Amino acid sequence: MNLKENMIRSFFTENPVTGLLLGLCPTLATTTSAENGLGMGLATTFVLIGSNVVISLLRKQIPDRVRIPAFIVIIATFVTIVDMGMQATMYDLHKTLGLFIPLIVVNCIILGRAEAFASKNSIGHSFLDGLFMGLGFTMSLFILGAIREVLGSGQIFGYALIPADWPTILIFVLAPGAFITLGFMMVGMNKISKLLEGGN
Amino acid sequence: MVQYALLVVSAIFVNNVIFSRFLGLCPYFGVSKKIDTALGMGMAVTFLLTLAGSMTYIVQVYILNPLNLAYLQTIAFILVIASLVQLVEIVMKKVAPPLYQALGIFLPLITTNCAILGVSILSIQGKFNFIETAVFSFASALGFGLALIIFAGIREALDTRQVPKIFAGAPISFIIAGILAMAFMGFSGMVK
Repeated sequence: MNLKENMIRSFFTENPVTGLLLGLCPTLATTTSAENGLGMGLATTFVLIGSNVVISLLRKQIPDRVRIPAFIVIIATFVTIVDMGMQATMYDLHKTLGLFIPLIVVNCIILGRAEAFASKNSIGHSFLDGLFMGLGFTMSLFILGAIREVLGSGQIFGYALIPADWPTILIFVLAPGAFITLGFMMVGMNKISKLLEGGN
Repeated sequence: MVQYALLVVSAIFVNNVIFSRFLGLCPYFGVSKKIDTALGMGMAVTFLLTLAGSMTYIVQVYILNPLNLAYLQTIAFILVIASLVQLVEIVMKKVAPPLYQALGIFLPLITTNCAILGVSILSIQGKFNFIETAVFSFASALGFGLALIIFAGIREALDTRQVPKIFAGAPISFIIAGILAMAFMGFSGMVK
């Protein structure tokens, strides 16, 4: 498996959000703006890399029968680190993401990669897998957040794109907009995946 | 009594776990293809969420708070939930085999249902007392079940319709969920 194929896989064909439908709760809940989506994505990426490396390191020590609880404890440890680290350094973002920081622990992508990849592969490969999968997740969140922010509040990263007295489509920053935008985004991403698969 | 009624209405309709809090979406999209399975999942979640909400409350108030270990909340809660799911599975297998037959396959999935952990943490953040926590957990789970069953009904009907090919499967489900969420927005403002 070379690097390029690996990247295409984690960004498009097996993108955690649009391809595998994993980690939907933080995806929909935290993408009211591009910045929030990016923050949530990077927090998840950190946990994913950390847990992948540690699990790969301990893969020969953890007995098979208790591997799931062991994985969950390792993941929960990294989530607690992120939770407290963000609270100390990025208080506002931490407050916006709120409940969804502790909920990274039940994000299926992380346990999924631990079980499917890190528990069977070397540390280097697990690190790269965590990085790519995490960035694929971050990319989806960022795109979704950017679309919703532009349509819903007429801004991107807080910079106004349209004059303040023009109307915006408020529904896109509310709950229904999250579902609908993701539905349309999925169509686009699947189309790109098909083209990439056909092109290779 | 009124406060409990308000709590129930708020948890089921106004702050529905799916449409307004975005919790438990993986099972929501995963097991909503048929009404039967949706019903099974809804019941399993209702049962376990009520139990897990009460258990995590006890752990938080009687173990973590007195020992100043509140920072272990995430780890402690997920362990409580995971062992609770295992325990329920074992007990149900012995005591009520028919129920196990019906709900069995959903039980392991529930460990990673973020509605369980999410609602447990929300009850602690909301500073509820024990009874309020139990009522809130139960009502939130009912809201989840309601959303799941409505959605499964629509998806069953959708099977016989012609959806544009590129929208078939997941994308159209998300758009339907969005429209349902709009319908549920009609409840907002009913209770604070």
